[in-house]
Amino acid sequence: MSVDGSLPDVVLTAPPGPARPVAGHQANPAGPTAPSVFQVRDLSVYYGEFKAVRDVKLDIYEHEITAFIGPSGCGKSTVLRCFNRMNDPIPNARVEGGMYYRGIDVYGDDVEPVEVRRRIGMVFQKPNPFPKSIFDNVAYGPRIAGNRNKADLADIVERALTQAALWEEVKDRLHKSALGLSGGQQQRLCIARAIAVDPEVLLMDEPCSALDPIATGRIEDLMEEIQQDYTIIIVTHNMQQAARVSDRCAFFTTEVNEASDTRTGVLVEYDATENMFSNPSDERTENYVTGRFG
Amino acid sequence: MTSRHPSIQTAPLVQTDPSGKPYSLTAHLSPRRRMADFAATTVMVASFFAAAVPLVLIIGYVFTKGGRVVDMAFLTESIPNSYRRVGPGMGPAVVGTLLITGAASLMAIPLGVLGAVYLHEYGPKRRFARVVRFTTDVMTGVPSVVMGVFVYVVWVLRFRSQTGFAGALALACLMLPIVVRTTEEMLKLVPAELRQASTALGARTWRTTLTVVLPAALPGITSGAMLAVARAAGETAPIILVTGLTFQTNANLFEGNNTTLAAQIFRNASQPFDGAQARAYGAAFTLIVLVFIFTIVARLISSRFNRMRR
Amino acid sequence: MTSTTSGDAGSSAVRDLKSSDRGAVVDAGFRWLAFSAAVTILVVLGLIAWASVNRAWPAFAQEGIRFVTSSRWAPSADSFGALTMVYGTVVVSTIALLSAVPVSIGIALFTAEVAPRRLQTIIVFVIDLLAAVPSVVYGLWGILFVAPNLTGVYGWLSEVFGGWPVIGPLFAGGAGSGRSFMTAGLILALMVTPIITSVSREVLATVPQGEKDAALALGATRWEMIRGAVLPHSFGGMVGATMLGLGRAMGETIAVALVIGSSYQITSHLFASGSAMPATIALEWGESSGVHRSALIGLGVVLFLATVVVNSLARTVVTRAERRMRGA
Repeated sequence: MSVDGSLPDVVLTAPPGPARPVAGHQANPAGPTAPSVFQVRDLSVYYGEFKAVRDVKLDIYEHEITAFIGPSGCGKSTVLRCFNRMNDPIPNARVEGGMYYRGIDVYGDDVEPVEVRRRIGMVFQKPNPFPKSIFDNVAYGPRIAGNRNKADLADIVERALTQAALWEEVKDRLHKSALGLSGGQQQRLCIARAIAVDPEVLLMDEPCSALDPIATGRIEDLMEEIQQDYTIIIVTHNMQQAARVSDRCAFFTTEVNEASDTRTGVLVEYDATENMFSNPSDERTENYVTGRFG
Repeated sequence: MTSRHPSIQTAPLVQTDPSGKPYSLTAHLSPRRRMADFAATTVMVASFFAAAVPLVLIIGYVFTKGGRVVDMAFLTESIPNSYRRVGPGMGPAVVGTLLITGAASLMAIPLGVLGAVYLHEYGPKRRFARVVRFTTDVMTGVPSVVMGVFVYVVWVLRFRSQTGFAGALALACLMLPIVVRTTEEMLKLVPAELRQASTALGARTWRTTLTVVLPAALPGITSGAMLAVARAAGETAPIILVTGLTFQTNANLFEGNNTTLAAQIFRNASQPFDGAQARAYGAAFTLIVLVFIFTIVARLISSRFNRMRR
Repeated sequence: MTSTTSGDAGSSAVRDLKSSDRGAVVDAGFRWLAFSAAVTILVVLGLIAWASVNRAWPAFAQEGIRFVTSSRWAPSADSFGALTMVYGTVVVSTIALLSAVPVSIGIALFTAEVAPRRLQTIIVFVIDLLAAVPSVVYGLWGILFVAPNLTGVYGWLSEVFGGWPVIGPLFAGGAGSGRSFMTAGLILALMVTPIITSVSREVLATVPQGEKDAALALGATRWEMIRGAVLPHSFGGMVGATMLGLGRAMGETIAVALVIGSSYQITSHLFASGSAMPATIALEWGESSGVHRSALIGLGVVLFLATVVVNSLARTVVTRAERRMRGA
């Protein structure tokens, strides 16, 4: 694929009908014509012979929070892991179709996966701090990138922890083990660790599913606060959460393949969150968001 | 497709960042990082070859040198009683290996499986079970020569004769802990629901164990037992301590000296004579073929077992 | 049973529930059988310890502490100091571990983190076969192929490094016959590689995927991921794996007996011949009697104790490391 700015098989056509402005309880700082960060075109993912997700097509816009929702097994996490090539280490996983970052093929030949992941950070379902000190956790990314300057690192760590709303809680025990933190604090530490490498996008894979409601609330607040600096994609199985935090929402579901008795994920609908919840255009979406299914 | 996505908008494709630099994913790693990654991978691949090349050399060496010697006469005729003499055979050692290993298996496998059943089905949490488990771990580490010394002390000295059976005892002691541990691992893999289903139908533990648990774990147990047999068949040190030496076939395990392929390889390998060395190769070839068949069959059974479980 | 049944029927039903029918007898019998099988294992180990110490006593009584501190082993003069063999065992095991541990950990990392699945199967198969080759076949290969072929290399090493400070004494003194500490150590390295590799693989399998993912998602290369997330987690377990390898190396008899060269000396020269405890038992057993045989049994006792200590420690280290891993 070429990286000269043209997308040979990608057509960013205007959709039929007027684009509805994204309105709602949270302002969309970038507005409806925010630049597109990712262009996903007919993306399919296979595990061996098994087709996990097929033909996903959507755009991700700058400084928006995009939520992927849907029943379990619908492939939303699988798609999420394509954005920063975290499917690469999984044996047998194969990606077909287009995944473009600002017009650049993420799976292109001359793309360095390590650079992709530095630019596109990720926060996982289960808080996964390293068994090191809080400081060393946050400094891990800058250190492997070659930053050995102590003052510099201290600066980065403070900034990241402040941004993740954790600084006040941990500033006196930076050199204590990160495993001593509560689950919610660990997850915010993981967010701090991810933003310490100065990514442009944050992928969040059900970041609150292991947390209690209070810790969940803090993470959601945090997402809104950092939205002005990052583009965020969040996978969640919690519809209320999607409604609360996201600007735009993609609903995935599963199709049963009669022949092989397997399930393949498909993207059903992608729209401004408000529309998705108040006026979905697909019956399946409506059933899901009104709780009649899944 | 597009109709499903009414609000995909025409979005500008901004390809330079706020400072005016074009976005790119091709940024290179620093040479140091790339080198370190490459070097680590190379070292790992090299490690594999460091183990694989000697294996190929050993097998190739034994097969070329030993394959030439082995024929029907080699496998059946008596061992020449002079190391100097050239020619076959290894008949007594072949018979001895089969008999001694077979007798050892008959003792160790049932005992080991029963022991494991006790550990896992009757008292997995009891202190006694913990002690037995620790003991089997310790026994696994006991050097085979020490096991030979032990059988010599408690058996050979008592009955004043070195026999094939003494060898079988020593091998059984070596196999026992392996059989116990692999069997217990396999029993752990049998889902608790199966046991509960059987118990709920009114079966007692012994019946549940014999009709439900052991059949479910059988492929795994078989494979573990075969690996133990393969290991025992190649043991040398205890055999040369307790079975003595014979040049004639002795099919009686309880009377008279006996010998095995492994013991014959040891005795012949240190001789400077071509005849003896050729017989050592022939015996090694025979032994390796035997042991590899057991190992490979065991692996096939366990891999099929694993696939079934998935 | 419902309340409408007569008293008679009710009590007989109770009797049925309690009855010591045949099933219960069989169950008790089966339980007893399984229990005695477990007891046998304990008895066997107890007997090993008791009977061997008993038979070794004449030698221990005659030599006392000199049994392990004296280097004079002279059956004809009725003098049994096993220091040379202890030394040989230590040197040979050290060489074996120094060569086998990095290789084994390399193979384990390669299978667990790098190799595609099909290649993994092949590697595991090769390691299985390496473990399946009987030790006497390693010995045969060692004495007839490796030892004669390595004399050239040994000679060259001796010439080049013999004069160097510090490491010189390890190499100075020529190539010898090839039957030496070094050859025995290298053959042993091959033999302990499978066990260290397979235990290391088990340990690597317990490293949480989440931490590996986290490292990669932060832009780590594969090696940085291994160094940052995998190795710190598995270090304890790998120490345990190494110690299991040590237990195996110390007790290995036949291969060492064939290639170590059998001479009683303590020397820093790696290409010189020596002896090791288990090898000496196997080699001298046939022509021994009286105190000499007691002394050989005594070697077995010392060896037994040493391996029990090493293996118990190793098991403890591995279990603890695995438990910590699951706890984290």
